Amino acid sequence: MSETSARRSRVEGYESMGAARVGVVTFPGTLDDQDAARAVRHAGGEAVPLWHADRDLKGVDAVFLPGGFSYGDYLRCGAISRFAPLMEELIPSARAGLPVLGTCNGFQILCEAHLLPGALTRNENLHYVCRDQRILVENATTAWTGDYAPGQEILLPVKHGEGRYVADAATITALEDGGQIVFRYLGGNPNGSVNDIAGVSNEAGNIVGLMPHPEHAVEDLTGAPGVDGRGFFSSILKRFVNL
Amino acid sequence: MTDSVKRASETPDEPQPYAELGMKSDEYDRVRAILGRRPTSSELAIYSVMWSEHCSYKSSKVHLRQFGTKAPHSEALLVGMGENAGVVDIGDGWAATFKIESHNHPSYVEPHQGAATGVGGIVRDIMSMGARPVAVMDALRFGALDAPDTRRVLPGVVEGISSYGNCLGLPNIGGELVFDPCYIGNPLVNALCVGLLRKDQIKLATAPGPGNKVVLFGARTGPDGIGGASVLASATFEDESHAKRPAVQVGDPFMEKLLIECCLELFEADVVVGIQDLGAAGVSCATTELAAKGTGGMRVDLGLVPLRDPSLLPEEILMSESQERMMAVVTPEDIDAFMAICTRWDVPATVIGEVTDTGRLVMTWHDEIIVDIPPGTAADDGPVYERPFHEPAGQAALNADDPVRLTRPTDLRSTLLDLLASPNLASKEWVTSQYDRYVRGNTVLAMPADAGVLRIGEVMPGAEETDRGIALATDGNGRYARLDPYAGAQLALAEAYRNVAVTGARPLAVTNCLNFGSPEDPEVMWQFAEAVRGLADACRVLGVPVTGGNVSFYNQTGSTPIHPTPVVGVLGVLDDVGRRVRHGFTAPGLKIVLLGDTGDEFGGSEWAHVAHGHLGGLPPHADLEAERSLAGALVEAAERGLIEGSHDVSDGGLAIALAEAALACGVGGEVQLPGTDAFVDLFSESAARAVVTVRPEWFDAFAELCARYEVPCYGLGMTGGASLRVEGVLEIPVDELRAAHRTTLPAVFDS
Repeated sequence: MSETSARRSRVEGYESMGAARVGVVTFPGTLDDQDAARAVRHAGGEAVPLWHADRDLKGVDAVFLPGGFSYGDYLRCGAISRFAPLMEELIPSARAGLPVLGTCNGFQILCEAHLLPGALTRNENLHYVCRDQRILVENATTAWTGDYAPGQEILLPVKHGEGRYVADAATITALEDGGQIVFRYLGGNPNGSVNDIAGVSNEAGNIVGLMPHPEHAVEDLTGAPGVDGRGFFSSILKRFVNL
Repeated sequence: MTDSVKRASETPDEPQPYAELGMKSDEYDRVRAILGRRPTSSELAIYSVMWSEHCSYKSSKVHLRQFGTKAPHSEALLVGMGENAGVVDIGDGWAATFKIESHNHPSYVEPHQGAATGVGGIVRDIMSMGARPVAVMDALRFGALDAPDTRRVLPGVVEGISSYGNCLGLPNIGGELVFDPCYIGNPLVNALCVGLLRKDQIKLATAPGPGNKVVLFGARTGPDGIGGASVLASATFEDESHAKRPAVQVGDPFMEKLLIECCLELFEADVVVGIQDLGAAGVSCATTELAAKGTGGMRVDLGLVPLRDPSLLPEEILMSESQERMMAVVTPEDIDAFMAICTRWDVPATVIGEVTDTGRLVMTWHDEIIVDIPPGTAADDGPVYERPFHEPAGQAALNADDPVRLTRPTDLRSTLLDLLASPNLASKEWVTSQYDRYVRGNTVLAMPADAGVLRIGEVMPGAEETDRGIALATDGNGRYARLDPYAGAQLALAEAYRNVAVTGARPLAVTNCLNFGSPEDPEVMWQFAEAVRGLADACRVLGVPVTGGNVSFYNQTGSTPIHPTPVVGVLGVLDDVGRRVRHGFTAPGLKIVLLGDTGDEFGGSEWAHVAHGHLGGLPPHADLEAERSLAGALVEAAERGLIEGSHDVSDGGLAIALAEAALACGVGGEVQLPGTDAFVDLFSESAARAVVTVRPEWFDAFAELCARYEVPCYGLGMTGGASLRVEGVLEIPVDELRAAHRTTLPAVFDS
């Protein structure tokens, strides 16, 4: 099945239903799952809890892999989660076009699962960092960034100890040339990532991973100042309404 | 050879190493009297840890009673002192439970693990009340910033709190960081946790119902923190391999996260009769306390305790402080459902015994009875000491050394910049940026705000229906308490109370961590007695009860104790969390108003400390009626939406409060001082004061409100511009303030 037909059949399935259904995965040690589900609900979507031990994606339209310390980050961040029963379903579906967003530990898991290139290593200064970070949206054509303008500057929190994106030179060149660098840090790189990379996508643009946390920038009262993270959720929901 | 009850009866005169276990000979004699024979080595292990200062509060008990006898009437108090943590009613069917606890000594020995397990321990206390832990805070004290050992201890402590708390998924929303040479060799690591629960879901540490199962769940038991038991082991068994055990426990935050989610599911399924966390004194403490508060008896097969190290001896199992363990009492009907939930979360759980009505705690080891005691004698009937105390020899001279003799500056601009860059007033971002303040998505305010504020909505199913929020602050000033422990404790409470009120929250209840030197030193004991008396009296005036806390003694090097350091945490409630007030100049064009009167008060001040290295005189006057009025005015003003910003005036005085307010949002301001002495106006540390910002059109209404509360109110000027200007005194660009404020800690810890 081609990526396009996989996406279409999902969308056709979706048309007879109500709001778009976004799966939010909980591994042992996942921390930001409640926050991700809340952000989906606030945007008008239905958040569907997905459990690491189930081989069942429950027919969701898209999947959010939230942050945390799945399996305690033992061995390497994301290295154990990659083998969770749920991932056996998720990996082929993502390759077939299912939109997947991984933030923080979710990004690390996507890299460990080889759904995204590169790896995330210990922050350059060896300290965990939690701060409000300016981010440049470089690619506004992915499944998760359609609601942003290319070149738009947004403010999102980062909070991680292993967020330093690295890849070999050829991979970085290919990512740069292919427009797969979706986000870059502005005003100071918090972790020493190559070329200030904050997030990348696969070639098809349905899989996006980033270290910052859009789910913590969707309400005025809580989280980082502003609501710049809302675009991720409106992007993915609109995609299913409009298609 | 196992030292069984049978063997103990047969060998009544066998010498036992009670002194090495920290037990006095009269205490040992009392154990023999209780049992009518010599204790077995396992029983000796239990009594020695349960009767230790740490577990029995034997030196502090007679004083701590005042928190009960002097307690103000409070409708909000649901569970008071004596349980794992106090619980208060916060409205709409919700309750909050919170407590602060020390992990000072382990954090000096092994900073990372000491601090990490301090967080883990207090989080389990909160869980054992039936609550979901929702945030942590920490109050830290270190030696001088430039002391070599501070560079060893501080980064490790911060990393321990960061790695454990972040991995647990609990936002860290505030706390304190203070440097003073008195803490060199005795850093203070006080960790606070707050949890939320439905009012009708409170759990207690009790084991009622004969036939109910006793389940040990969580991490397996290993040789952690059993320095004491090794004395027993080597003395009784002459086994060298057991003599060198790690003294500090090692934490696994991943297991703790699983335990939290597992416990919440167990509570939700209503399959828990009683629950207790395993902290200090591990299985000894959990079994004796659960049994003592329940039907009265319990039978435990220690051989069933899952071990990480199979060579552990029963005495070591009893004393092990392995982390991430809980004990629950479960009915036989619910045990399968209980085990299924544990399996779902990959949490090992083992039935190790059951509740009995015999009035005895009986433990077996390979079919031999090794413990047979009335549990209450270990849990509740420990020794109580009326330790002698008297005023320290130099106290009068210290109080007579009034800072009025100190040379006062003429260049107030550089005084302000020097203070802003001094270790205690400089930005703590180097530390706080290592803590996740956003996780769980309910953080409304966090550091550097005066108090941490959390939304209650969406914490658990059903919570969406409340608009309420909670606010928490901790404060403590060791220099004030050194000058006058009675007033110092009151000032600590007053500041935390004020810090909660400036966010718009109504202060409700108090927790405390009392850090002192050795109780065997009558001068330290005097400091302790005075501090407790002062705090209890102040709680009564302010109408906020103490719900629990912790005492940490023996914080001293040789015969030199730390400054007496009562750290006080206050919890408050916002009826509508959307009305919370931020601490800075949020916009230009707002009227800047000072609330409260300023006197010439520099005893124990930051200025005297930074400019002269001086500590003497008396601390600021603790005017509790004025604090109460100020808080009342602040809370009503917030509820009515009359104020835009609000910030406590304390360490470093008005000058620092104004600078911090300008730094918060990068908005400057222009003020005219109300008094005649600019130095006093700017740097005095008079209590019961706050700086607020008000829209000009609402100023009259606000002034009227202040008059009604009898709170002095001085219009100082307006927010706006890119600098802080004090008319006729100084002007400093906000960027220059920021540079002074930001560089101090990174200069030390990033070099």
